[in-house]
This record gives sequence, structure tokens and C-alpha cells, in this order.
Amino acid sequence: MSNEHKHDNQDVESHDHELGHIVPFKIYVTIFSSLIGLTILTVVVAKAPIFHFGNSINLVIAMLLASVKASLVSLFFMHLKYENPITWMYVFFPIFLLFIMMAGVFIDNPMRTLP
Amino acid sequence: MSNPTISNAIESGPPHVHHMDAPTAYHAAKLGMWLFLATEVLLFGGLFTAFALYRYVYFAEFQTASVNLDWRMGALNTAFLIFSSFTAALAVDAAQHGNNAKVRRNVLITLFCGFVFLIVKYFEYKSKVHYGLFPYAVKGFENFLFTGSLFLAIGASGVVIFTHNAKLRLPTILASIALVVSFYFLKHTIATIEFDLANLFPFGHAHHPKDVWEFNGPEFNAAYKSYFGLYYCMTGLHALHVILGMGILFWVYLKALNNRFSPNYYTPVELGALYWHLVDLIWIYLFPLLYLVG
Amino acid sequence: MAHSETHVEGTNYLNCQKGIWSWMTTLDHKRISLMYLFTISFFFFFGGLAALVVRTELFAAGAQFLTPKQYNNFFTIHGVVMVFLFIVPGIPAVMGNFLLPLMIGAKDVAFPRLNLLSYYIYLIGAAMAVISLMPIESLPFINQSFSDWLVHTAGLGGPVDTGWTFYAPYSLAKSGTHSAVIWMTGAAFVLGFSSILTGLNFIVTVHKLRAPGMTWGRLPVFVWATYATAIIQTLATPVVGISLLLVIMERVFGVGIFDPTLGGDPILYSHLFWFYSHPVVYIMVLPAFGVVGEILPVFSRKPIFGYKMVCGATFGIALIGFVVWAHHMFVSIGDTAAYVFSFLTFFVAVPTAVKVFNWVSTMYKGSISFNTPMLYAMAFVFLFMIAGTTGIYLATLAVDVFYHDTYFVVAHFHYTMQGGAVIGLIAALHFWFPKMTGKMYNETVSKITFVLVFVGFNLTFLPQFVLGMKGMPRRYFDYTGLENFDLLQTLHATSTIGAYINALGYFLALVNLLYFFVFGKTKAPANPFNSLSLEWQTQSPPIHENFAETPIVTEWTYGYGTKKEA
Repeated sequence: MSNEHKHDNQDVESHDHELGHIVPFKIYVTIFSSLIGLTILTVVVAKAPIFHFGNSINLVIAMLLASVKASLVSLFFMHLKYENPITWMYVFFPIFLLFIMMAGVFIDNPMRTLP
Repeated sequence: MSNPTISNAIESGPPHVHHMDAPTAYHAAKLGMWLFLATEVLLFGGLFTAFALYRYVYFAEFQTASVNLDWRMGALNTAFLIFSSFTAALAVDAAQHGNNAKVRRNVLITLFCGFVFLIVKYFEYKSKVHYGLFPYAVKGFENFLFTGSLFLAIGASGVVIFTHNAKLRLPTILASIALVVSFYFLKHTIATIEFDLANLFPFGHAHHPKDVWEFNGPEFNAAYKSYFGLYYCMTGLHALHVILGMGILFWVYLKALNNRFSPNYYTPVELGALYWHLVDLIWIYLFPLLYLVG
Repeated sequence: MAHSETHVEGTNYLNCQKGIWSWMTTLDHKRISLMYLFTISFFFFFGGLAALVVRTELFAAGAQFLTPKQYNNFFTIHGVVMVFLFIVPGIPAVMGNFLLPLMIGAKDVAFPRLNLLSYYIYLIGAAMAVISLMPIESLPFINQSFSDWLVHTAGLGGPVDTGWTFYAPYSLAKSGTHSAVIWMTGAAFVLGFSSILTGLNFIVTVHKLRAPGMTWGRLPVFVWATYATAIIQTLATPVVGISLLLVIMERVFGVGIFDPTLGGDPILYSHLFWFYSHPVVYIMVLPAFGVVGEILPVFSRKPIFGYKMVCGATFGIALIGFVVWAHHMFVSIGDTAAYVFSFLTFFVAVPTAVKVFNWVSTMYKGSISFNTPMLYAMAFVFLFMIAGTTGIYLATLAVDVFYHDTYFVVAHFHYTMQGGAVIGLIAALHFWFPKMTGKMYNETVSKITFVLVFVGFNLTFLPQFVLGMKGMPRRYFDYTGLENFDLLQTLHATSTIGAYINALGYFLALVNLLYFFVFGKTKAPANPFNSLSLEWQTQSPPIHENFAETPIVTEWTYGYGTKKEA
């Protein structure tokens, strides 16, 4: 069992001989508090009358805030920041496909003339 | 692939896999989990696409219908999920330092938050059913509860038996039987419990226009059905993922009970936490989309 | 576990452990591949029989021996079984499982247990599909009350008649005839899950388990093709998963997502379905491209022409395949979308043409030997060219509006799927048969079956192009009184005769291989075709651990006709 083959390929997986990255505790606490803060901000922007810019703009703001939160969770809680490019590719490609799917649906239905 | 004769002994090294070395196994497992999360993103992606399209088509109706969801319940659940995500990350951190007691503590808090999330969700669904905002006649919500507890107990016992922990086998089976029996006798009592945040925080206003919107009545038109159909599908599928994630984390907890984790081996904690973070991520988008902007 | 560290002389993966139980619990990718092979072969014949029933009904105009409802059932059975139970797991799960670890010099796939789990998930899905096909109400041995329970509570009751696409208004219709749409869509969902896990396993295997020196630039084209396929399997399948799940939700709970009477848009179902089901044709055909890319250089004794372009084109097809799905719906979507998707669809032709050009150039001035695998590979190139060029017709918006839902589409689809994927699978089975079984087959018999398959196939589907152009709609039970009736009659009869020859060819080809697997006397050498790729460098059949020592790769796989060949 000791004589395992090593992977000496000189490409992106070359640092495979160590395990994952250890993130300092302080970063976890910072991210957690920012997430709670952003959640409060999301609610305030959506519900307080002075922030009512119109439904479409509010939707965009809400989705942007959600994306910031999602990035924080994935980058630090999920250690994406310390992952190799392959993982990054498999994070962004599905999101890209999701946008393609939405684009395909949206150039059809809203521009379709129904009898 | 651990040797059967020593599988009950306490060991803290990585399990032996015959076809790759330990760091490769760790990175392979993590890449596999990320790929699985990618499939989950696209699974929910279909629902998000449907929601986006119908929100565009039935703009006014979606605005009106979304008022029926109580955003305070949603916000409470968001806070619980974010906190549980935080503790899940801390569990990974503890495992990286080889502190199994801390892994157990953090995983238990995560499981507790997941449980609270499901309870809040239960009360939300219950109020929707009460006001006739559920598209299908559901009779006997208490039976639903009972069946749920049955599956939970069977699942938990299965996980314990599967992990070969002889010490835990009998207590878990007994606890499962106790859970099922107590749910069977208490189900009517539990079903009468009401919980509404509006009573605690009487600001804002989530109105349930019960007499206007009978689900199959004339006022409740196709667009509202679309909104609530999507609401139940999205939150229901998400709740299913919460339950699955709790199952995985429970399995991690049992491994931590055996002090299986060390700086050399903590793959299950990391994978369980990754899955749990995804559950959190989906909710981060669902909350504003369904509860806030409609 | 019984993984022997010391390799006993004379053992291989087939005989190192004995008994049914050792097969059912095996984690060996080679054994799992064989289990897939036998299961999908069963479903291949099952779906093939349904096709013969359909063709026999169409042999002459007017009702022959089916009712229209039964006709709908049979073409749905044919489609569902062939697509979800045969071709999708076909080359990836059988050949990919067997070859991928061997070709990259690994001992197994990255997650052997997950691999076995995918097989069992596949079996569960297959069982659900078979259950849903049972005509409950006409089974003689089930009593009335139990049959009522099955139909009204369990949602069973006869084969699905929606076509394999489960299009929204059909699959949501509850009134009238009963059919087990919930079970069938559930089966497709479960099968998709199996497909996802297989793809995920392959991606991780290629990334993490390549032998020392096996760089990306040295990977065989089959590995590239399987990797591209795995990406599609992993990322496209969840979308069809959610759309089928929504159909189930809609039927069980009555939520309104696709049903127009509940505020849904049935075209949205088509969008979500084809977002998976267009890339899925590349799941079927990309590995076949890989197979042909392996066979042609070996029997032409030439390096593969334009290796980088071949691999790049594989990825090009996989990626472009994600953005062209709505060309299946030209007549139901809006004009703007139709223009955009028609435009995008033409781009698929570019990498596909690059591949055909590379295959032909690989053979050019090679010293070709016409063994059975080579014959199948050359047939593949020929048939796929017809499939590709007729695809251009269908990508063209104006032409497609005319050809939509005619036999032209049926013929095009079968040229890609049968002439591409199935011929590719049969070629692969012949080529790697010595490696998989350690036996040789009879070349003469194989060549006869090849002629039957090739002639039968063209006799079946060439007339269908003409049928389509003359206006014969697909899925019609009867064609009495249509325009050009006499011509349609002749062409349908020809097509049916061809279908019988084709079926006989496939049956004999597989029986031939099975016979030599079980009773064959000639032992295969390690490398009977003198190939340079890694899987041929170990013994035939391979040992349980694949290689006695981890191989170290120093050269490109395709150095034929260069210094390495003495």
C-alpha cells in the first residue's frame, strides 16, 4: 500500500500533496457579521419606503446584495478563494449556463406574439 | 477502505484507499463535491428561470401574492441559516486543528439551526394551508408530521448502523422508536400549536385575505396559482435539501464521536459543510426573491 | 476487502473473484462496465422490438394489427427505452467505465463505490420504467380491486403515450386514458441521477488519477471525448431533472408551472427539456467520436491527423451544444428566438466538419487493414456525414418549418443516433473485445453481420428522408389518403424491410460476440491490433489492478508509423 503512484503532472493539480487551507478564525467572524449586516440591509432596502426606487431597480439591488452575500459565503466559508482554477471553472460555468438558459427563455416568451 | 477487524477501533488517520494516496483522495473528493454542487445550482436554476419568466409575465399578480408571505419569518430563517453556515465553517476549522470535541459542538449547533429552520418553515406552510393558499387539498397535517418523524428515525438509525458504531447502535434505535411513538401520540397536540411572528412583532403587515382568495375560487386566478406553485416547489425542494444536509452532518457528527478527524483527515466534515453552505446559498437568493421583492 | 496486493499469475478481473455476489458488490470499474453492457443490451433488444412493431404497423396503409393508442404506446416505448435506458448510458457507462482508467493508467475510477451506486440507481430507474410500461388493466392475473388501486392510487396503468419528450400538454393530461406518466418521468429523473454521478466520477478521475507523464496533451482522444461528455452529463442533466420533477409536482399536487389552465407556459417545459435533451445527443455521439478517433489511427497505421483540433473540436461541440437547444422548437417559439437559435445552430457544423475532415485525413495514404472495427468506423464516418449535412437543412429556419415533425427529422435523428452512437458502440465492442474478454471473435461472421447492419440501416432510413420531403408526418398511425400515397406506400414498405434486416444484423453481431465470449477458444494476445495506447499494454483481460506496475508515460499515444513502430 505504501508504493502509491505519485502524480507528477506539471499542471494545475501540482499542489495536491497538501490538504486544504486553514482560514484564521477572525475572518470567519468578520464574514459572519457582514452577512448578517447585509441581510439587514437587504430587508431595509426592500421594505423602507425611502428606498423604493421602483420594482425593477429594487429587484436588481436585492439580487446584487444576495450575490455579494453568496460570494462571501463561497469565497471564505467554502474556501473557494484557496481552490485551484479547475474548481473555479466548475463554479462559474454552471452559473454561465444558467444565464444562457434564462437568456434563451427571455428572447422567446416576452417577444412572442400570442394569438 | 478500512480493514474490518479494526474498523471499530479509534483511529485518526485517513482511511486507506487502494488506488490513490491520501491527499489525492482528499482533493478528488472535494472536486467531486464541487461538481455535485454545480449540478444543484442548475437543478435550482430551472426553477429560478421559471420564476423569472412568470414574474415578468404576471408582474402585478406576483407583487400582490408575495405580500402573503411573512418576510419576518423569512428573515428569521435567513439569520438561522447564516449562523448555521458560520458554525459549519467553524466545524471544518476545528477538524483542521484536530479538535473533535469542537467539531461535535459546532455540528450540533448547525443541526439545531437546521431543525429550527424546518420548524419555522412548517409553521409558514401551516398558515398557508389554513388560509387556503395551498393548491391541493391537504387533510391531516398531523399525519404528515408523523410520517416525517418516521422517515427521520429510520434514516438516523440507518446512518448509525451503516457507520458500524456498536456503542451507538442500541441507544439510537431506542431513541428512534421513542421519537416515533411520542409523535404518534402527540401529533394532534403538536398540530394545534400556532406560531406567528406577527404576534411577537406587531409591525409591518402580512395579510391573509382568507375570504377573498379561496384557492379554486374565481378571484384566485392562474397567475396566483403560478406564484404559489413556484413558492412551494422552490421552498419545498430547498427544505428537502436542508433535510439531506442535516442527514450528512449527522453522519459527520457520529464520525466525530469516534474522534475520527485529524489535521491529516477531515474530508467528511469539509464535504458536509460544503453541502450545507450550498443550502445556505440557495436560501440567500430565495429569501429576497420570494419574500421581499416578489 | 479482497484486493490482493500480490498479483497471482493467470488471474484477471474476470476470474479473480467468483460468484454472483462478488459481481453484485464489485467496485472494479471493468466489472461494472460489463454489468452495464449486459443490461443495456437487454434494453437495446427491448426497444428494438418496439421499433419493429411500429415499422410492421406502417408496412401497409390502414390499420394492420394495432389500435392507434397502442401505436402511440409502442413508439413511446421505443423512444424512452432507446434514449434513456440504452444510448445515454451506452458508450459512456460501458466503454467509458472500462477504458477511462485503463487509458490514463489508473487503478480505478476516482470513486469506485459511487460508480457501483450509479449502476444500482440505473437499475432502479430501469425497474421504474419497466413497471410503468405494464398494461395493468389488461393483465389477466390481477384482480379488479388491486388493478383499480394500481391505476388510481399508485398512478400506474399502461405505457406512456406522450412520446419520449413528455411534452407538457400531453404529459399533464389527466382525463381520458390512464398512463403512468409519473412513473415514467420519475424513472427518467432517477436515470438522470445515475448519469450525473457517472459523469462527475469521470471528470474527477481524469483530473486526479492520470499516471505520471500522462499530460493533457498526451491523452487519447477517447479520454477527451469522454471528459467532454462527462461535463454535459453533469451540467445538463439537472435541468431535465427539475423539469421532470415539476411535471410530477404538477400531476400530483396540481401546482401551475406548465399547464396553461393553471397559468403556466407549456413552451417553458420544452425549453427546459431541450436545454438538456439537445446536449444529450452529444452525450450519445461524442464518445462515439472518441471511439472512431481511436480505431482509425490503429488500422491506418498513421498518427491521428490534427490531434489538437480533434480535441478542441470535441469541446467546441460540447460547448456550442449548450446554446442551440431551441432549434427543436422552431415552430412554437417566437420569431426573434427562432432567428437567434437558427444562427447559433450553424456553428455546430464547424467543429463537426473539422472532426470529419480529421478522420478522413487520418486514413489518407495510410496502410489500411479492413478489420471489422475499421469497417464499422468507416461506416460511422460515412453515415455521420449524411447525418451532419441533413442537420444543416434542419438548422435552416425556413427549411425546418417545412420539415418539422416529418420523417425527415426521424431519418436525420436516426442517422446521428444509430449511424453515429450505435455503430460507434458496436465498433468499440468489436475493437476492445479481445481486451474485455481475453478471447478473439470470428472475423468472417463479424463482417457478414456488418454488411447486414450497414445495408439494413440505409435501407431503413434513406427512404425516410424522401418520405419526409414528400410530406409524411412523423408519429402518424396511418397514411391512407395522404398526398403522393403510392410513393409513401412503397417507401414505407422498403423502410420496414430494411428495419428487419437491420435488426437481424444487430442481433447476429451481438450474439456472435456473446458466443465467442462464452465459448471462444482462441486466446487473445495482449495487443492483437498492435495499438500504442495504454490499455493494450497490460494483459488481456486486464488484472484486477489494471497494471502490475503503475505505468510511466513518456510519449504521445499516436506515434504510428514513426520511430516506435519497428
